Amino acid sequence: MNGDIRELYQEMIMDHNKNPRNFRAVKDANRNAEGYNPLCGDHFKVSLLMDGDVIKDIGFEGAGCAISKASASMMTAALKGKTRREAKALFEEVHKMLSRKIGEPCDVSKVGKLATLAGVCEFPARVKCASLAWHTMCEALDPTGKQVTTE
Amino acid sequence: MEPSTGVKKFDVEAIRKDFPILEEQVYGKPLTYLDNAATTQKPRAVIDTLTQFYSKENANIHRGIFCLSEQATKRYKSARHRVQEFIHARSDKEILFVRGTTEAINLVAHCYGRAFLRKGDEVLITGMEHHSNIVPWQMLAEQTGIRLKVAPINDEGELILEEFKKLLTQKVKFVSVTHVSNALGTINPVKELARLAHEKGAVVLVDGAQAVAHTAVDVQDIDCDFYAFSGHKLLGPTGIGVLYGKKELLEKMPPYQGGGDMIRTVTFEKTTYNDLPYKFEAGTPHIAGVIGLGAAIDYIRSVGLDRIEAYEQELLAYGTEKILQVPGLRLIGTARKKSAILSFVIGEAHAHDIGTILDRQGIAIRAGHHCAMPVMQRFNVPATTRASLAFYNTKEEIGRLVAALHEVTEVFR
Repeated sequence: MNGDIRELYQEMIMDHNKNPRNFRAVKDANRNAEGYNPLCGDHFKVSLLMDGDVIKDIGFEGAGCAISKASASMMTAALKGKTRREAKALFEEVHKMLSRKIGEPCDVSKVGKLATLAGVCEFPARVKCASLAWHTMCEALDPTGKQVTTE
Repeated sequence: MEPSTGVKKFDVEAIRKDFPILEEQVYGKPLTYLDNAATTQKPRAVIDTLTQFYSKENANIHRGIFCLSEQATKRYKSARHRVQEFIHARSDKEILFVRGTTEAINLVAHCYGRAFLRKGDEVLITGMEHHSNIVPWQMLAEQTGIRLKVAPINDEGELILEEFKKLLTQKVKFVSVTHVSNALGTINPVKELARLAHEKGAVVLVDGAQAVAHTAVDVQDIDCDFYAFSGHKLLGPTGIGVLYGKKELLEKMPPYQGGGDMIRTVTFEKTTYNDLPYKFEAGTPHIAGVIGLGAAIDYIRSVGLDRIEAYEQELLAYGTEKILQVPGLRLIGTARKKSAILSFVIGEAHAHDIGTILDRQGIAIRAGHHCAMPVMQRFNVPATTRASLAFYNTKEEIGRLVAALHEVTEVFR
């Protein structure tokens, strides 16, 4: 099998795709947003329960490809218990990692397990998949009223 | 033109040499191009015609009193004549050049629909239509108050004829159906549908986008009132397409766009319109596209559509058998009469993941809803992966596809 493909669909991603974490609507959520990529059909809702500035609970629902679903699942696992500022900072790091130029090295020390998604940048057509849930989460935190899409 | 005989061996390797792109490599692998329902590749004859036109013959048509313009006009007219012959229209006045199938259908919805359909009239389509044969009618419904009705399809992806007949009431004034479904491959019995519709006095449009490159089309035999197709799915350039319409209908329809070429005289008080087909072709047309389309038709006729159809059916039978050996694969669209389209899902693997894995093997397929979201809803899938074949594809390429799909099942086991 092609090495890039093995790198993209590594075990952790396939595990999150098969057994997504926090794959549910958060009970008593006080922040919600919906992200939709109409061309490819990926469609997720992200819900959060904020306790002051802290993400007390976060969940997601919807359907999409393995990359989008695994990214959403890993995002929820990473953000639970984080403050709004920490969440935003992590978003920036992940965004940098996903959208860097092919072949460009990246510092994954700040993203923890999310480094698993570093290989996505080798597949430019799939960056939008990996980033959909993240943009949806940002919209939930700071609503602009715009339809979230990464296409 | 070579006589088409089913007996003579179809020399696919010789044909492949006519398509320069088929020698390309993707990620170091030979390009396996299986996205022909989206667009077909272009033979050298078409590419050379375009180069020749732009490098040696370019001029506007119907205007200049100079050599090049006269030549361009002649070639433009000749291409229209070849389209007429190709689909067996009665007259070349019935051949309108448009941007593609989408514009052709929009033209009919706009010019025929707005002028002749009234509030309460019904337009009947099928459950397997491309968005381009749904949305123009919905827009017309908003503008005029006509009602859009949809004849359902069965689990094989075939139109349920009994339901179609039931829905075809006296209120139905227009029937718009696809000849071949882009998402399922289903071939509709368009001749019969046209006959049924005409019995009720309805006007019939056939969307031929997926048909013209794969089967011989005779619009007089089908007896449809309109037939629409795109050049780029017929080995020709993008941005050029054809609307065939029966002369008596085109004559009574108001023009589409206003501008140059579609007029006879213009004063600020009153304008008179040009004759067919020019009445519907305002502005400088896609001259090179039309001439390129003519070259594409010459090429496809030299190969022979009967032979193309027979070969593609052989590929379809072979591909269907092989692809069904992939564990967990389910074909979406298993009509008895099918064009060479294999649309499928594999277990939990999403079409875009399949597309990415295939892409790295140099295999180009379409993953998604194929601009036919209602078809996806009917089969309760978010998307499918679609391999759509053309006469330059080979069994070896199908083998590559199937091998890569086995890889997909390894990733997603």
